[in-house]
Amino acid sequence: MSALPAGSAAVPVVSAQGVGKRYGPTVALSDVSLTVHPGESHALVGRNGAGKSTLVSILTGLSKTDTGHVEFGGVPAPPLSKQDDWKRAVACVYQHAMVVPQLTVAENLFLNRQSGRGFAIGWQRLRRQARELLDSWDVGVDVDTPAGELSVEDRQFVEIARALSYGARFIVLDEPTAQLDSQAIDRLFARMRQMQANGVTFLFISHHLHEVYEVCQAVTVLRDAKHILTAPVAEVGRAELIDAMTGEQGGLSVRDASTREALDADADEVLAVDGLSGDGFSGVTFRIHRGEVIGLAGSNASGKHQVAETVYGLRSPSSGTVRVDGKPLKPGDIPAAIRAGIGCVPRDRHHEGLVLEHSIADNATLSILDRMGKGGLAAPAARYGRAVQALRDYDIVAADADQPVSDLSGGNQQKVVLARALAGDPRLVVLINPTAGVDVKSKEALLAVVDRVRAEGKAVLIVSDELDDLRLSDRVLVLRAGAVVAEHRAGWSDGDLVADIEGVERG
Amino acid sequence: MTELMTDPKTSSFAAPPKRRKFRWLRELALVPALIVVLIIGGLISDTFLTFGSIVGILSASAALSMVVLGESLVLLTGKFDLSLESTMGMAPALGAMLVIPVASSGFGTEIPGFAGILAVLVAGAAVGFVNGFLIVKLKLNAFIVTLAMLTVLRGTQIGSTQGKTLFDQLDVFTALATTTFIGLPMSVWLAAALFAAFGLGLRYHRIGRSLYAIGGNREAARAAGIRVDRISWGVFVVAGVLAALGGLAYTGYVGALGADQGDGLILQVFAAAVIGGVSLDGGKGTLVGALTGVLLLQTVTNLLQVAQVPPEWLKAIYGVIILVALIISRYAGGKAQT
Repeated sequence: MSALPAGSAAVPVVSAQGVGKRYGPTVALSDVSLTVHPGESHALVGRNGAGKSTLVSILTGLSKTDTGHVEFGGVPAPPLSKQDDWKRAVACVYQHAMVVPQLTVAENLFLNRQSGRGFAIGWQRLRRQARELLDSWDVGVDVDTPAGELSVEDRQFVEIARALSYGARFIVLDEPTAQLDSQAIDRLFARMRQMQANGVTFLFISHHLHEVYEVCQAVTVLRDAKHILTAPVAEVGRAELIDAMTGEQGGLSVRDASTREALDADADEVLAVDGLSGDGFSGVTFRIHRGEVIGLAGSNASGKHQVAETVYGLRSPSSGTVRVDGKPLKPGDIPAAIRAGIGCVPRDRHHEGLVLEHSIADNATLSILDRMGKGGLAAPAARYGRAVQALRDYDIVAADADQPVSDLSGGNQQKVVLARALAGDPRLVVLINPTAGVDVKSKEALLAVVDRVRAEGKAVLIVSDELDDLRLSDRVLVLRAGAVVAEHRAGWSDGDLVADIEGVERG
Repeated sequence: MTELMTDPKTSSFAAPPKRRKFRWLRELALVPALIVVLIIGGLISDTFLTFGSIVGILSASAALSMVVLGESLVLLTGKFDLSLESTMGMAPALGAMLVIPVASSGFGTEIPGFAGILAVLVAGAAVGFVNGFLIVKLKLNAFIVTLAMLTVLRGTQIGSTQGKTLFDQLDVFTALATTTFIGLPMSVWLAAALFAAFGLGLRYHRIGRSLYAIGGNREAARAAGIRVDRISWGVFVVAGVLAALGGLAYTGYVGALGADQGDGLILQVFAAAVIGGVSLDGGKGTLVGALTGVLLLQTVTNLLQVAQVPPEWLKAIYGVIILVALIISRYAGGKAQT
């Protein structure tokens, strides 16, 4: 273990000065400086494409900086070829797993160094070392578990422990909370504080600003490849931080449903869900009318996603009915749901939203191929035309409708998914985590579209972990352990809703 | 806007209009190689570039190309089918034995010729149906299922023909290659028509687009309302029929139906598709590319014959050529072929 100099005036753990990176004509990072002091958690925030990933790749030895220099603890960073030296200085825990799922936790921890200095692997010794390592950082994971069976939370701890075992005391966490529910996030933060006390320094990347306030001491904002500000968290307000990220005045502007006129009392009923039960939820009943937005809130384990996926036919219910305009929907049949007038933004755009290698035109028309022309014709020109229209309607920033969606930023990818959900002019739009992993600006744009289609008279079902998404809702239904436990009318307070989601009394 | 300019992934922003034209060129990436091979052939032999020789290359390509067509469709959906090479032998053999008399090693049923042809196609469809059932419905691994099927079909053919080559009274089955129209065998016209029909379908019809979507991301295709299982299964059936047709063309080209018809051909089928830019991962590739892959391989084969390479060495050289072609197309195409 490297001895840490005491006091905040000590040598910074990492110091990047005037770092810049170009990819061809594109400036990915320009004259950015970052100084992280020992024992702090330093937040790195910025919109998608602001340069966070580029900075992380430079700080972790994945790419070389064009200008400026990086130092770890006052020593210049090793050359890229010396990856072992990098491992001793810094490690990054990514959103996606960097473990071999079939191998045990113990073997993952010591991958490619299982045998230590010896020739053969001593399995007893390996397991003992792994247990000692995890125990020393208080990670309660069984070392014999295959890594693929770990929860996201445990997997992150295992990866952190592995990084620490190489001697690194500076850990980059790339959106660690993205896939965690709130209890798991609390445990993560508690563990981070504990490790901080033991001399570990974190660079924390998140789209959720409240997390920054909760766990970080300093924050650095990047925008358009440039360094905007670095300040102690206590000295910057939330609005100021959003301004720094967006370069505009005023925080996130989402129209709260309580500020618009009340729904017509005699609006037609579009969706009727009765006693719907299935994998992870039971007895869910609700109605959505024309021009009405219903939000579903709850923890990741609450069953809210499953309810929405069952409405669209991605899952089959075990009992209960879904009716659109009074007509029962065939369970588990997506084409039938689309014909009945449902459009859907699925939960994960990479997994089931997009064909990443294919063009915007192909992706934007995927669910309406049967109505592009006679006899199932879907000519390239027609698809291209539809996509160009979508680029304009949904303000998607792309070079051309023929561009592969993998080229787009997360926010623009999500707009393509939304464009497709709306392409068939549905009566009901089911949105599952519609703004997950997109920047503040794109979030506003996406929610503005939702508000627009609501005003046109579509019914909207929105499932989200983010309170901002739910603000559009006329009513928010809270699910817990698969059942609807509360309903909030527009104008709810954040605290009350969160208390219901977590199942705690507000006192 | 500014966000885009700084995102390294969107650096292609600079030149949007070129994309559409450029993409067409990539489908023809093998044409220069094809021309080079033809020129070399012309230099080695006076007869290589004659009409007769070109017709020979096309006739020989016809059979292979129909199997490649079927395989490409399966590959586009992200699966693959090794058994096509033995379908190509077994289906025509079954049809033929239903038609020809016992004296010519038939079953003795002696059904009419057209019914025999129909039986060939039905046999191909049936093989594809079973493959599709095992792979799509039972979710078995495509590699081992179709490898087993390959062996079953090959064994069945050898068993029922007792290893003999059928050559007597096969007129109905060779007609495809022996009848000509404007100097070219019907098999060439049929292959061309099939490529045109399927090529246009892949580009202009929703089911064609579905194949790409399924191969690109099955889950996304399903979530977009595409009946993924039904279409994948159907593609296996279509591929089986196309392989059976390819087998007919092959029988006609050779003039006899050997018990080993199609044996080892699957390597050429995969090579032609991959060299032509069809991804083994699914979701990527065009039939124009696959067709140029077939023509290139077949031209090289004919070149080897013209160059009087000792026949016992042909197989080794051919394998090496396929490896080299894969390496070249990897760098010409610039994308990993995984």
